[in-house]
Amino acid sequence: MYEFVTGPLAWLAFLVFFIGIIVRLVIYVRGLDWKLDRVTYSINTSYGVKGAVRSVLFWLTPFGTHSWRDNPWFTLLVFALHLGLIFTPLLLLAHNIFLQERWGFSLWSMPDALADTLTIAVIASAVLLAMRRIALPEVRIITSAYDYLMLGIAAAPFVTGLIARYAYAHSEPWLVVHVLCGELFLIAIPLTKLSHFVLFFATRAQLGMDYGIKRGGMKSSGINW
Amino acid sequence: MPEGILCNKNKVTTLEHLQALLSDKSGKQYYQEMNNLDVDSKALWDLVQKTCKSRIRTWLDICTHCGLCADSCFYYLANHKDPQQVPSYKIQSTLGQIVRRKGQVDNAFMQMAMDTAFSKCTCCTRCGIYCPLGIDTGIMFSYLRGLLFSQGFTPWEMKIGTGMHRVFRAQMDVTTEDWVDTCSWMAEETADDWPGLEIPVDKQNADIIYTVNAREPKHYPEDIAQAAILFHVAGENWTVPSEGWEETSLAMFAGDWEACKMQVENVYAAMERLKPKRMVVTECGHAYRATVIEGPYWAGLKSGKTPIESLHYVEWVAEALRSGKLKIDPAKKIKEPVTYQDSCNYIRNGGLWEAARYIMSQIAEDFREMTPSREHNFCCGGGGGLNGIGRYREQRNIGLKVKRDQILATGAKLVVAPCHNCWDAIRDMEEVYEIGIRWSFLKPLLINMVEVPEHLKPAE
Repeated sequence: MYEFVTGPLAWLAFLVFFIGIIVRLVIYVRGLDWKLDRVTYSINTSYGVKGAVRSVLFWLTPFGTHSWRDNPWFTLLVFALHLGLIFTPLLLLAHNIFLQERWGFSLWSMPDALADTLTIAVIASAVLLAMRRIALPEVRIITSAYDYLMLGIAAAPFVTGLIARYAYAHSEPWLVVHVLCGELFLIAIPLTKLSHFVLFFATRAQLGMDYGIKRGGMKSSGINW
Repeated sequence: MPEGILCNKNKVTTLEHLQALLSDKSGKQYYQEMNNLDVDSKALWDLVQKTCKSRIRTWLDICTHCGLCADSCFYYLANHKDPQQVPSYKIQSTLGQIVRRKGQVDNAFMQMAMDTAFSKCTCCTRCGIYCPLGIDTGIMFSYLRGLLFSQGFTPWEMKIGTGMHRVFRAQMDVTTEDWVDTCSWMAEETADDWPGLEIPVDKQNADIIYTVNAREPKHYPEDIAQAAILFHVAGENWTVPSEGWEETSLAMFAGDWEACKMQVENVYAAMERLKPKRMVVTECGHAYRATVIEGPYWAGLKSGKTPIESLHYVEWVAEALRSGKLKIDPAKKIKEPVTYQDSCNYIRNGGLWEAARYIMSQIAEDFREMTPSREHNFCCGGGGGLNGIGRYREQRNIGLKVKRDQILATGAKLVVAPCHNCWDAIRDMEEVYEIGIRWSFLKPLLINMVEVPEHLKPAE
């Protein structure tokens, strides 16, 4: 079983993930329409690029925008969640040892203590964000089961990872469950609204171009996001 | 398929149709007929498939329902944080449903969507700059208004407004003759005090072609006279076109994109005909947004720009002050505390906040910013056509509270509002809430404080 989930199934998950996110991006860009969107994407490009870069960078910076600053606790949770989601699986020592064994290469590995901290940060953030969905009326009204499912899918590899590492060390069934959860996460990214993994950059860049090209970008220093 | 006599899917293209609508007081019959208006789901879905492409679909799909848009919306704040006023909720329960249900929606749904699109959103686009994913709900509501319009679900005043644009190429029944006569009348009246003042109509190759809001010739002709005085004092070589003088677009508020195109092409034709160097738009936010920002796209201009460079009035004033064409008498600057209403359409969506600040630095001794201000400012409460829609007057008045409190917090009693919509909303705010404020366009303030060159002064 372990061989299967870390072999063919892993290949399948990575295939769906990589092809999926490329397809999502291509579909997005192909669906942009200068006349319908009323943005001259391919003319006035320098203003567009400037607007897009600003729009992405401001929002990638913790507390870099008015909205982030107005909601400091949410911002903290969101950045903790996303940093953990991205960097823990990539830079975990155990993953890199595995990579080295299977495919003959590995990335730089972070200290285990940091990986544990990030993992706990991901789980804690997911739990607190779920609680926020229940507690705040303005979030509750727009929340559906789908939103909890997304949080669950994102947090599952981290919960099972911790269990496999500490609670049932060297337990193959838990390792298998952990790998399956990771693969589910990878597959879910292009197929669900977790596609904001890449579409965040697309929509942010689009709005940045809109403001940069059309909505005042040529007559001002740009939106102070 | 039941269609009313007044409320139907047809566009208003004749004066008779327009008059029939106007004679229906407050749209009583119109809204009664709307209750029986069928939804052509197939046509609706066809339109969605043709026009709802990846930008809007992705916005609808990837919204993570975080709720950060809530506090950005003045309606949410003005309505005691009613969760039903959260922008994400409002758009997902209207446009989102139309897309998910592939256009299979009924009359009640369409009326709910119309009420939401016009009385719970002014398309101010503030939420768009507070969304981590860059989801611009204001843009989606504008798009939704277009879908609703195509099915005949638009407020009575919007139906009339689009008809006005189609019949008169103006938001009001002002004909070419009315307009030209008003200009001559104002020139004659004003020339007594300002020797040599003219309002040149259809002058070729002028430096500036000046275009207005139809309300000015219709209700506030003195605004045209004031513009003429300031151009005269500044020594500008300017003109107004006999045709293509109207900048506004109720069609944009209604989502009647065909009429939007007709309207701006009329202005662009004047540019082509008279070959001026630049255009200056009067103190109106949505007029500038329609004709200068969005208009080139409706007209299919691939540059995304108007045929000649176009300026909002604040840009011209700032430039005239910087270059010395207009000089302010320091003794006549505004002494009392004064604040400035940043219009969504030319500030947030037009980037002109610095021009406005420069003007205020030159004309006021105690300028006080609202909080928030510039591109983060709140809508006046009357944008997106809301000021003119009787059906939603109550909701509009509730929405005004946010701007009211912003103004009060500055301590200023005078609000400079170089935008017709904002000006109206603030006037109505005073009527409803009686907070003891005054409001003004820039022109009358400037006329009182510019230094007039000797040769332009009337003989004693």
